[in-house]
Amino acid sequence: MELHELTFSEARRGLEEGTFSARDLVESALGRIEGVEHSLNAFIRVRERDDLLVEAGKTDAARARGEELGPLAGIPVAVKDNISTRGLGTTCASRILAGYDPPYDATAVERLRDAGAITVGKTNLDEFAMGSSNEHSAYGAVRNPWDPGRVPGGSSGGSAAAVAAGEAVLALGTDTGGSVRQPAGFCGIVGVKPSYGRVSRYGLVAFASSFDQIGTMSRDVDGAAELLAAISGADSRDATTSEVDVPEYTGLVTGNLSGVRVGVPRESTGEGVDPEVAEAVLAAVDVMRSLGADVDELKLEHSEHAVASYYLVANAEASSNLARYDGLSYGHRAQGADGLDEIVVRTRSEDFGAEVKRRIMLGTYALASGYYDDYYLRAQRVRTLIANDFASAFERFDVIVTPTSPTPAFRLREHADDPLAMYLSDVFTVPANLAGIAALSMPCGLSSTGLPVGLQITANRFMEPMMFRVAREYEAASGVRLRVPEVKRTERDA
Amino acid sequence: MAATTDDIRHIAALAKLSFSDDELERLTNEMDAILNYVAQLSGAKLDGVDPAFALLRRDNVFREDRVGEMLKPDDALSNAPDRDEDFFRVPGFLPEG
Repeated sequence: MELHELTFSEARRGLEEGTFSARDLVESALGRIEGVEHSLNAFIRVRERDDLLVEAGKTDAARARGEELGPLAGIPVAVKDNISTRGLGTTCASRILAGYDPPYDATAVERLRDAGAITVGKTNLDEFAMGSSNEHSAYGAVRNPWDPGRVPGGSSGGSAAAVAAGEAVLALGTDTGGSVRQPAGFCGIVGVKPSYGRVSRYGLVAFASSFDQIGTMSRDVDGAAELLAAISGADSRDATTSEVDVPEYTGLVTGNLSGVRVGVPRESTGEGVDPEVAEAVLAAVDVMRSLGADVDELKLEHSEHAVASYYLVANAEASSNLARYDGLSYGHRAQGADGLDEIVVRTRSEDFGAEVKRRIMLGTYALASGYYDDYYLRAQRVRTLIANDFASAFERFDVIVTPTSPTPAFRLREHADDPLAMYLSDVFTVPANLAGIAALSMPCGLSSTGLPVGLQITANRFMEPMMFRVAREYEAASGVRLRVPEVKRTERDA
Repeated sequence: MAATTDDIRHIAALAKLSFSDDELERLTNEMDAILNYVAQLSGAKLDGVDPAFALLRRDNVFREDRVGEMLKPDDALSNAPDRDEDFFRVPGFLPEG
């Protein structure tokens, strides 16, 4: 087995036992980047080789001296390019932030460094994290490592593709409506959206502030759990972070889920869900049952309204958050404009991509005088109903299991002319963001065409330990952990 | 038709965006489809249901009124498209005289 094929747990064990060094691990990630980036386009920037090797060498030297090291010491991590990294730039895959170098690091990035992780580079995304395919990037589309003719999902498509292809062991993504879980599902890895308030949003470029959370990606459950533990916890620089303690997220496999109550919503396997996806999810539920879990059907009364409520409220917040891009104090400024208002309008019109403009327009519409009550306010009231549905469901169940997406990865440009069809593919992921609860996606098999199928496990707010327990037991009992695919070489047109 | 080209032109002005006539027509059609889809929310029973404004945090968060660590002017200005010493520089927007 080559080093880039190792999961987080295998890589950490190898470092601890001295089977290989952090330098070896970084070399292997860089070698893989050199080999597959041409096909995938997962990174917007990779750090200088020499800097990375020096950093890895310091970790190795500290280990050799017997110093106490952080939980992620020497592990190569990729960071989505909407998370601020001083000195490394942060573009949000937008022309409007071309050349922008944040004057500070995000809290999550500081905590990564404290944990000993090595940031290898910044990953591609849908512009400002708006999209489910990673086709809306000023730096070109990202390809799915399992089939470069297909999308990796989005918006954290670069992070998901990088981890799936072995270009990094772990990655940070961000999840506003499914942007960690859906690409994790499409690329066959584990992706976690923590509870709202679990991870500081300081330094995360805002899209929809009451939904956004930084999330974690890995090829094994423990990697995603360990990375989450490292970045979680209260932060005085983000008043929405919670004071609730960060418990242990990793643990031993016991082969036992007895007493754990698993709810399966009827729509999980109903209309609009690809039969192969439904079959894989039901097989996963059977594995949980065989471990002793109590499985029962469940009805989430208002889930049919989740996508509509989400796209109105999230885009309303986006239209307000993105008002800051005016070409005046940072970012790109349109040249040759006459007067202040023209600078603002021209900068925004020239430098935002089509999807970002569409969402700003939809959000502005929902908030505009005359439409506010019928759109924004109504969507916010429906959001309460959806949160209440989950509150009742979690009185009866410990976790809720659904597909992550109704289908495996779709083809590039498949939804290019139909934005609504793309939005509808988020039907299973947006409810967790509306309710602020925890959810993860993990692989539960391959389709007949060889594409990963994602299983979503949702738990109540701050019940991450239960979510990880079910995921860890399922991972061990099912034996479904996907290999690193051999990436076919393609000529990208982007 | 939930949205007309005139509506969308008005919204674009509010959003500080400008579109060509072709773009405006396409956008009107796309937004019309989306607005028709979200119109389903009018079917939800909302009597006595509050909006989710404080769903995730009901208490306020206070801190002591003390100056902490903050960006230095040079850092805050480091990405300015145009600056003049410690100021962002923008074109004049007040009428002269």
